Amino acid sequence: MKWLRRLVILIVLLVAVLGGRLFLGGHSDESAPGATSQVSAATLKDPALIARGKYLTTVGDCVSCHTEQGGADFAGGRILPTPFGNIPTPNITPDKATGLGDWRFEDFWRALHDGIGRHGEFLYPAFSYTSFTKVDRDDALAIFAYLQSLAPVHKPAKPLGLSFPYNVREGLAAWRALYFREGVYQPDPTKSAAWNRGAYLVQGLGHCNECHAARSAFGGTHALPLSGGRIPVQDWYAPDLSSRAHGGLQGWTEQDIVDLLKNGQAAKGAAFGPMAEVVASSTQYMHDDDLRAITIYLQSLPPRAAPAPAGPVPAATAMVNQGAKIYAASCADCHGKDGEGVAGVYPPLAGNSSVLDPSGLNAIRAVLLGGFPPTTAGNPRPYSMPPFAQKLSDADVAAVVSYIRHAWSNDAPAVHQRDVFKYRHTPIE
Amino acid sequence: MNVRIGEVQTVEVGSSHRRGAGGAVLTAVLAILLAWLSPLRAAAPGDNAAPQVPDTLQQRIAACTSCHGVHGEGSPGSGFFPRLAGKPAGYLARQLMYFHDGLRKYAPMEYMVRSLSPAYMREIAEYFAAQQVPYQRSQVPHLPATTLQRGEQLVTQGDPALKVPACERCHGKSLTGVEPDIPGLVGLPYDYISSQLGSWRTGTRAAAAPDCMSEIANRLTPTDISAVAAWLATRQLPADTHALPAGSVTPPLVCGVLAGKGGDGT
Ligand code: HEC
Ligand code: HEC
Ligand code: HEC
Ligand code: HEC
Ligand code: HEC
Repeated sequence: MKWLRRLVILIVLLVAVLGGRLFLGGHSDESAPGATSQVSAATLKDPALIARGKYLTTVGDCVSCHTEQGGADFAGGRILPTPFGNIPTPNITPDKATGLGDWRFEDFWRALHDGIGRHGEFLYPAFSYTSFTKVDRDDALAIFAYLQSLAPVHKPAKPLGLSFPYNVREGLAAWRALYFREGVYQPDPTKSAAWNRGAYLVQGLGHCNECHAARSAFGGTHALPLSGGRIPVQDWYAPDLSSRAHGGLQGWTEQDIVDLLKNGQAAKGAAFGPMAEVVASSTQYMHDDDLRAITIYLQSLPPRAAPAPAGPVPAATAMVNQGAKIYAASCADCHGKDGEGVAGVYPPLAGNSSVLDPSGLNAIRAVLLGGFPPTTAGNPRPYSMPPFAQKLSDADVAAVVSYIRHAWSNDAPAVHQRDVFKYRHTPIE
Repeated sequence: MNVRIGEVQTVEVGSSHRRGAGGAVLTAVLAILLAWLSPLRAAAPGDNAAPQVPDTLQQRIAACTSCHGVHGEGSPGSGFFPRLAGKPAGYLARQLMYFHDGLRKYAPMEYMVRSLSPAYMREIAEYFAAQQVPYQRSQVPHLPATTLQRGEQLVTQGDPALKVPACERCHGKSLTGVEPDIPGLVGLPYDYISSQLGSWRTGTRAAAAPDCMSEIANRLTPTDISAVAAWLATRQLPADTHALPAGSVTPPLVCGVLAGKGGDGT
């Protein structure tokens, strides 16, 4: 069957290449690089605009993708792993040779809003332009002004780690036809200003849906927005964000959501893995009214369908009993014997979306890796969890995770030893 | 509360035992009473109460101590989880930053410190720097006497032919390190020393440029690495294992981590 998929991909590509050529042909008019910009150099130097841009750049978390571990901020070089291969991020400091030094605002707008590079090439959607397209022109201008105000860093691009057919950028035409709708956010006049601000931030700059929705085999998101999904290759599960019935945040109050985004820890759970990074470099710096707006929007997400009952877990079995023993010996001191946690210190495990996620991924990895919630102004000296990778066997991790998914009010299916084996070897990028 | 105080009096008054035994009972009851009255207990409304969490750094860094030991004593024997106790704070804080920035590679450490602030890392480093725990003997492979002599030569005199300066010219005559940036070399296990020197050769450990330790590790042959590691691991510990005061050495090579100080040639 593999050959069939390959054939389909090939045909799609051929059509796409032709279509892509036509599409790009239509773009070579006044927006071509080299033409003079409508935005004056003086505008870009306006300190008020730059200050606003700095804040918006933080909200968009541009720094976390566009900075390599230990590298200069915004100078690119971080490798983003995808099921199709590795995609390096470019340098977006204003260096003339290797960054955005020669870019006009029009070029930048086309990248952010249309996902098209300076030479007319399609950009890979590992760059969250599927969300950033909702950002309005004023905000994009402010971000551009801020990026252009940074000290230029000379750092050439790393080579693309994709092989045929994915290294053919024209092939993205088909992908775009399926998964990309270009367009600035349109306010809903029946909703409050705060709700609209929240929707604008969540759907646009905050690009929450890039992680918090399932991706298809082709890497697109057609799933219900913010309904939760697995982040491919990186192997984390970003939970459903509805706080109503059967939502991933069921029972979370406005304060809980604000606490998580601002402090990295809430009474209902702590941020870890990729979400810890999002909090550390972005949401902790958001203004209180923006955090509240995001919360108002998230709390308006509809209730979700009840999940199918977990069914007869290989429960009551030796596995769950073994898990209960491990829990009492190694976990209950911190998370409490009924999984209730300690407010502000240790997250509860009863009713925790990261314990109950459909894949079991987060709980397995949390147990293997342990760790600290991010340090934030509101939680500058967080408590931590020891990693259990070197202490518990695959079978024991599977047992304790199956136990916490099943104990108290929790009712999620057991996890398998082979999953633990697999995630034990997921690289931490 | 009154009832409990009454119990104490009953014990005291009604005791027909010898004074010593009565005293012991009294002490025990008082201890229970004190425990009952202590703030931790008082905060707990009932037996089902949430566990009490000490507000200490030691409790906060349970993750670190689960590998490195409560006092940073490290894992006995191999030192696979290295000792942190008593190493200079500046050195430890910098290592945490290096794991954060990927200059030093070890995935569990990188994940641990990924979203910690420099201020918190510094506080944690100071905790471990202040710990005092005795050093433990570690396993050393059986090596010929000539190899150990070679190790001694490298540590105390260096090898001009290989352009390797004597280790003690930076790590201090006592080899206990120098405040605030240079760690000691005595008391470290053979496996740890040889694997760290190996990491500098393979690039999984690095320090600010110019990385003097990387230069040195790359000038040593694998047999030399075994030799220094073995000689160092078999040293008797000096009575005072504290790092020497700042400024005790003049480094013969330029080291980025020493803010470029040193470099008066080998
Ligand atoms: C989820 C990771 C991610 C985030 C967040 C992100 N980017 Fe990017 N960005 C990328 C990747 C990957 C590319 C390269 C895509 C390609 O090669 O096709 C890219 C490309 C770009 C480009 C095109 C540069 C060029 O040389 O072609 C610009 C401009 C850009 N990003 C700006 C931004 C801004 C501004 C933000 C914040 C609002 C941002 N990015 C946030 C991953 C990201
Ligand atoms: C890079 C991927 C990524 C992005 C972008 C992202 N998240 Fe998350 N988020 C995750 C993952 C993975 C988790 C699960 C781990 C956890 O609970 O911390 C999560 C968890 C959460 C939680 C629940 C925490 C808990 O303890 O159950 C909330 C609330 C949340 N995210 C909100 C947001 C919002 C709002 C945005 C946009 C501003 C956002 N996230 C953007 C990956 C992401
Ligand atoms: C020393 C205290 C401590 C112990 C012991 C401990 N944990 Fe944790 N646990 C924490 C802390 C702190 C976090 C938050 C970590 C983070 O945000 O990275 C956490 C997070 C978690 C999470 C993710 C939930 C969330 O919302 O962050 C799970 C699942 C979990 N622990 C399960 C366990 C299991 C199972 C055990 C026993 C095998 C255990 N823990 C032992 C302190 C502890
Ligand atoms: C999974 C076990 C584990 C955990 C948890 C852990 N470490 Fe480590 N740590 C190691 C290992 C193994 C090394 C040696 C890595 C190497 O060879 O470079 C190390 C190295 C270090 C070093 C460098 C030591 C030296 O002398 O150069 C410091 C400092 C350190 N850890 C501090 C910490 C702190 C602080 C924490 C908690 C935030 C922590 N570690 C958590 C295993 C762990
Ligand atoms: C020019 C000065 C200099 C000389 C000479 C020198 N060192 Fe070092 N060494 C350092 C510095 C500085 C560090 C701390 C590096 C860092 O911060 O990462 C260090 C660190 C080390 C470490 C890591 C200790 C730990 O706890 O992880 C070892 C092992 C080591 N040196 C061995 C040696 C040996 C063996 C020699 C002699 C062959 C030697 N050094 C000679 C400056 C020197």
